[in-house]
Amino acid sequence: MAVPEALTHSPLAQRRVRPAAWVLGLVLLLAVTLVAFAVGQFEIGPADLLASLLARLTGALSPLSASAEAVIWNVRGPRVLAAALVGAALSAAGAAFQAMFRNPLVSPDILGVSAGCGLGASMAILLGLPLVMVSGMAFGGGLLAVVVVTLVAQRVGEQDPVLVLVLAGVAVGALLGAGISLVKLLADPSVQLPSITFWLLGGLNAVTLEDLRFALPALALGSAVLFLWRWRINLLSLPDDEAAALGVRVTRLRTSVVAAVTLMTAAAVSLSGIVGWVGLVVPHVARLLVGPEFSRLLPMAMLLGAAFLVLADTLARTVAAIELPLSVLTAGVGAPFFLWLLGRRRRLE
Amino acid sequence: MPQAVDAVPPAGLRRRGVLRAALALGLAGPLGWRPGAAAATTAPLMRLYGPAPSAIRRVFVAGSPAAVLLTCLAPDLLVGWPMTLSPQARALLPAVARNKPTLGRLAGRGSTVNLGALLAQQPDLILDAGTVDATYASTAQRLAAQTGLPYALVDGRLADTPAQLREVGRLLGVNTRAQRLAAHAEEVLGGPALAGRAAAHHPGVYLARSADGLETATVGAINGEIIEAAGGRNVAATGRAGVVRVSMEQVLGWAPEWVLTQDLNFFRHAQQDPVWRTLSAIQAGRLLLAPSLPFGWINGPPGVNRLLGVAWLAERLRGRVGAQDEALAVAVRFHTLFYGVTPEPETVRSWLDGRA
Repeated sequence: MAVPEALTHSPLAQRRVRPAAWVLGLVLLLAVTLVAFAVGQFEIGPADLLASLLARLTGALSPLSASAEAVIWNVRGPRVLAAALVGAALSAAGAAFQAMFRNPLVSPDILGVSAGCGLGASMAILLGLPLVMVSGMAFGGGLLAVVVVTLVAQRVGEQDPVLVLVLAGVAVGALLGAGISLVKLLADPSVQLPSITFWLLGGLNAVTLEDLRFALPALALGSAVLFLWRWRINLLSLPDDEAAALGVRVTRLRTSVVAAVTLMTAAAVSLSGIVGWVGLVVPHVARLLVGPEFSRLLPMAMLLGAAFLVLADTLARTVAAIELPLSVLTAGVGAPFFLWLLGRRRRLE
Repeated sequence: MPQAVDAVPPAGLRRRGVLRAALALGLAGPLGWRPGAAAATTAPLMRLYGPAPSAIRRVFVAGSPAAVLLTCLAPDLLVGWPMTLSPQARALLPAVARNKPTLGRLAGRGSTVNLGALLAQQPDLILDAGTVDATYASTAQRLAAQTGLPYALVDGRLADTPAQLREVGRLLGVNTRAQRLAAHAEEVLGGPALAGRAAAHHPGVYLARSADGLETATVGAINGEIIEAAGGRNVAATGRAGVVRVSMEQVLGWAPEWVLTQDLNFFRHAQQDPVWRTLSAIQAGRLLLAPSLPFGWINGPPGVNRLLGVAWLAERLRGRVGAQDEALAVAVRFHTLFYGVTPEPETVRSWLDGRA
């Protein structure tokens, strides 16, 4: 696969850190978060929003109705937070995998984690299990898929471990995809099938604080691992023997990156369903801003991913009376923006 | 697109009607005509493709609504089920049909039965019911041509149920039974439901589907039409008919007077979840769980089974005291009449209480 030079081959040493980029990312996240809190199907004016916030901070009784309070703190709040977390997690995971696989076309679900989550959730819906089990089986399915891929890859190949891992991921992913199709075929077409389809399209409308509590430890653990290894992950872009010569225990590092990415992605997908495009493209945008050096790329990707998904989710719940699937919006908004950015970048160079 | 030459008129259809139907089909083909829209009022509900059926002893049902229709009218003709049934559901079905195998459904590319298996069953007729559009009509036409079997496609909105029962009953040669069931269906649609529809106030109802309750059927969708039929007003008036996802704050904004569901998981979730509990409907205990055995009372499948839900929902929406006991009696009578099995009153009570 051809790697666009503009995207990956900026020499690490020559690129200076541009504070403007960080300010931009932070301001963007803050702005979209404010907008996300201020708009929605249930009308709450900025003054009411402020009053409710003040009441929370001072412990006073809120002047708003119970419904309005519930919308702000139990509906929008968890939703905005979940969007930010899922966006950040998928982008961080994508950035890590793109570095590790030395390939800009890789997304966090290359090893079949999303397909595993999808199969777990579809089966839970087919069996008519409660919500907790749908999320739980999605999470478990995602982890299990990658464990299987890793074991298969270990048994199959010594020659080119990265390539074998990707191929095993693609194959297992296809198998799980077939499983999802089978579940959809068996589902009751008037009751279960729409639910399965909606889950697979992704959406954050059912997120509650409880779901966040369930997902947060996994997201935090995964990000912590990536942060701790952020310097060494740069070295994974070297051939294995060279990285080893620099003192990196390549196999161990790769395994821990796979584990961290899988943990984060599975937790994110079990919250939001399958949201495509974020993990693939946000790292590229971050790379355009701060370069490919992973210790800078990681936080920038997380910042932008969070902002992007908060924006996409805000659109998902406001542009129509019905809820639009997140995947449709992430691709519909993200792809044209990315193409525009790519064209601009060319001209600048 | 359906062609006029392939549509064989059902028995009893007058010649002028045939001409009109043929003309409509011929004209409508190129104009993107959708049979589902027109059939409910002007044309008869049934379309027949392929050869005219003779003696019908074995009927292959294409999907679940047709399975329910056949189970009510002539369960002995059923070759097999298009869907998997739980043991509890089977126990509530006519003895002749209850142990028939699951054969899979016939729905174009979404089919789970192959044509070889279908033909091996040697049916005399394929019966399909549901909202009919051009895709369904052309699928039926193609299948009739492919299998050489007569294919009866019955359009089915809830309000058409009596006519549906009569037309299919006539085709299957079970006229007397069909008349009896149709009369009961008319009674249901005309009794408490009519009173509800005629009332000045139509309470806002939110139909909560799926375990999280944030999936709903909007105004005009076949999956939610029971609300209007029972005298309620579907709050999900989003402009486009269908099953959609909505946001929690949209539901809070709609502020429905009633929340209706058929999902036991959601029924439990809504009573505990702090956000759902801020809805005045939930606070006031106006959360209704529709039973789902042997088929769903309000949907799943969208068939004759919904008659039971109409009567029940109409009474509940009008807030009738003692509606529960009446609903129980109505349910027992409906089961006896339509499914030929009389359930224990205690069983029905447990469904109505959400314990099942």
